[in-house]
Amino acid sequence: MSYAQSLLVGLPLAGFLLNGLAGNRLGKRFVSIVGCGLPIVAFGVALQCLADLTARGGTPLVETAYAWTVIGGRSFEIAFYFDRLTAVMALIVTGVGSLIHVYSIGYMKDDASYARYFAYLNLFLFFMLMLVLGKSLLVLFVGWEGVGLASYLLIGFWFEDADKARAGKKAFITNRIGDAGFLLGMFVLFEAFGTLDMDVINGAFLGGPVAAVSASLVGILLFIGATGKSAQIPLHVWLPDAMAGPTPVSALIHAATMVTAGVYLVARMSGIYLHAAEASAIVAAIGATTALFAATIAIVQTDIKKVLAYSTISQLGFMFVALGVGAYGVAIFHLYTHAFFKACLFLGAGSVIHALGGEQDIRKMGGLARRIPVTFATFAVATAAIAGLPPLAGFFSKDEILWFAFASSRGGSPLLYGVVAGTALLTAFYMFRLLWLTFFGATRMAPDTARHVHESPVAMTGVLVILAVLSAIGGFLSVPHYLEPLLPLPSVVPELEHLETTLVFISVALALGGLIGAVFLYGGNGERAARLASNFPLLHRVLFGKYFVDEAYDRLITRPLYWISDRVFLRLGDQRILDGSLNGLAALGQRGAALLSRIQTGSLHLYALLVVAGIVASLAWSWRHG
Amino acid sequence: MLIAVAMALFALGLLGVIVRRNMLVMLMCMELMLNGVNLSLVTFAQQMSSAAGAVLVFLVFVVATAEIAIAIPIVLLLVRRKHVMDLGAYADLKG
Repeated sequence: MSYAQSLLVGLPLAGFLLNGLAGNRLGKRFVSIVGCGLPIVAFGVALQCLADLTARGGTPLVETAYAWTVIGGRSFEIAFYFDRLTAVMALIVTGVGSLIHVYSIGYMKDDASYARYFAYLNLFLFFMLMLVLGKSLLVLFVGWEGVGLASYLLIGFWFEDADKARAGKKAFITNRIGDAGFLLGMFVLFEAFGTLDMDVINGAFLGGPVAAVSASLVGILLFIGATGKSAQIPLHVWLPDAMAGPTPVSALIHAATMVTAGVYLVARMSGIYLHAAEASAIVAAIGATTALFAATIAIVQTDIKKVLAYSTISQLGFMFVALGVGAYGVAIFHLYTHAFFKACLFLGAGSVIHALGGEQDIRKMGGLARRIPVTFATFAVATAAIAGLPPLAGFFSKDEILWFAFASSRGGSPLLYGVVAGTALLTAFYMFRLLWLTFFGATRMAPDTARHVHESPVAMTGVLVILAVLSAIGGFLSVPHYLEPLLPLPSVVPELEHLETTLVFISVALALGGLIGAVFLYGGNGERAARLASNFPLLHRVLFGKYFVDEAYDRLITRPLYWISDRVFLRLGDQRILDGSLNGLAALGQRGAALLSRIQTGSLHLYALLVVAGIVASLAWSWRHG
Repeated sequence: MLIAVAMALFALGLLGVIVRRNMLVMLMCMELMLNGVNLSLVTFAQQMSSAAGAVLVFLVFVVATAEIAIAIPIVLLLVRRKHVMDLGAYADLKG
């Protein structure tokens, strides 16, 4: 019996408690050492767990930390489970997490709430590890809610700004909608199996179709939870606003780890989805729609972090396409490469923002390549990786997704491929547009901003370099192959098998096409792009307005809710019925008292007479009923 | 027989309280009622041959004495104020 997994989960919790309770008194040096040191140790522990796993030949490590409660003979335990999928996730979470903690030392060094920041970040890691290590859905759900809380706290980190506090609330509330679906899915599963242990549930489904429960129903309910956490249509609205938080937070939570929890959930419960063709089709359809939808928005955004946010939504859509066609390992592969290059991009954006003293508008950047060369080089590598240029990491994972979207026997189709391939082209286009507008061309900075441009400290650039290297070479580790015993790849339609090489060339062509398109439109002084926008003013306005989804939700959901709350619940329910009934009772008492007080004349004879009458009446009554 | 006497005493007292207006007379009528009740108490105690009942009568006497010792001064104070024995004059005490 080892305690490695409890230790792995407990280390960030210890960091949270130390930094949260004592961080302000013990100074920044202490906070940095605890805040970064413990995640790094946790990474080491995760490596140790991986070594144990390998030594055992892949048999999952199971560890019960605490028996939570026993209800009606069913025990609920905080138990951890470490298999190959967990290993990949735990290493991403602790590895990328540690890097981003180190980066934060540089990025947040002048912030007044330094200790609070690291406490929250450690809290996030703790819950994220609960999420990926949980043996039962219940523990996973605790982590799931916990990362939502940490995300809320960190988006609203600078809560003095009402807009940022509001963005935090929006994220939390949107996630609650998804969580409702997740909870219902858990109830259905518990009703059917009497347990929430994921390996038991998966095993029951793998044993053949289960009569007690509809796999598609459970699959769709759990997927609703996943759409909330992973920002898929229709619950994607919170993620762009979540960029209000500090940039390392955007990198860690809203790009690399937390938002991929939905992908992890679906992959973990793949036993269900293998038997749920309808649910899988929905997953693929939502994923493809979201990918295309978000990519089109990203083309015209001008805030550097917003572009990256929509790009994240789009990439998550790619992962859900892979999940929908049964290529669970490939989805995790893309999750893994995405964690590197998207974290690198976000941290690079953070470095740019840092260099420009808080400027986020790419229309006011340009020509930064010479001024901040390390940031530029790493950003360029990550951009090429996400665009899918070989041999960088994104190429391998995206190419596999495209392949399975085309040829999987579990729902692959030319239409799906077309949408995803179009999105890949758009991805390459908007990413190179971002790169171009930020780093190339003539500078469009305000003069006194331009004077202060400086490269970031080593804590930041060092992390950028590490992540850029990982984005470059990460694709050579074949995660789908590693996960194959756990998450077998779907079979390929035999007639299409010979097309695989062709599709690889098409992917490369798409990436290059995006690059050339971006350079063509935004090279020089960018007047071609401006002309294009003015030729399609309506389209440009719709894209720039993000399809007006927020506005539609406001009209269709928020305002009717306000109306119902105001008219029905407040004015009718509270003021009329509740207050009204109480006031009515009080008025009745007053009137009755006024009426009865007439009897009190002050004449003792009358009183005595009434007393006698009362006695006589009660005697008569008891005589009759005695 | 004694019970009949007790009831007669009580009824007389009650009638007096209701029809008479002089406060002192009303107080005396109340004493009459009390004595009627007391008489019935002794009678019942006798019938049940209960020593406790017979003893309780003395307790009632003591309480009645204490009560009248408070009631008479109150009447005295009231009369000093208005120089009237008629109860109707004090109806404004109802509050």
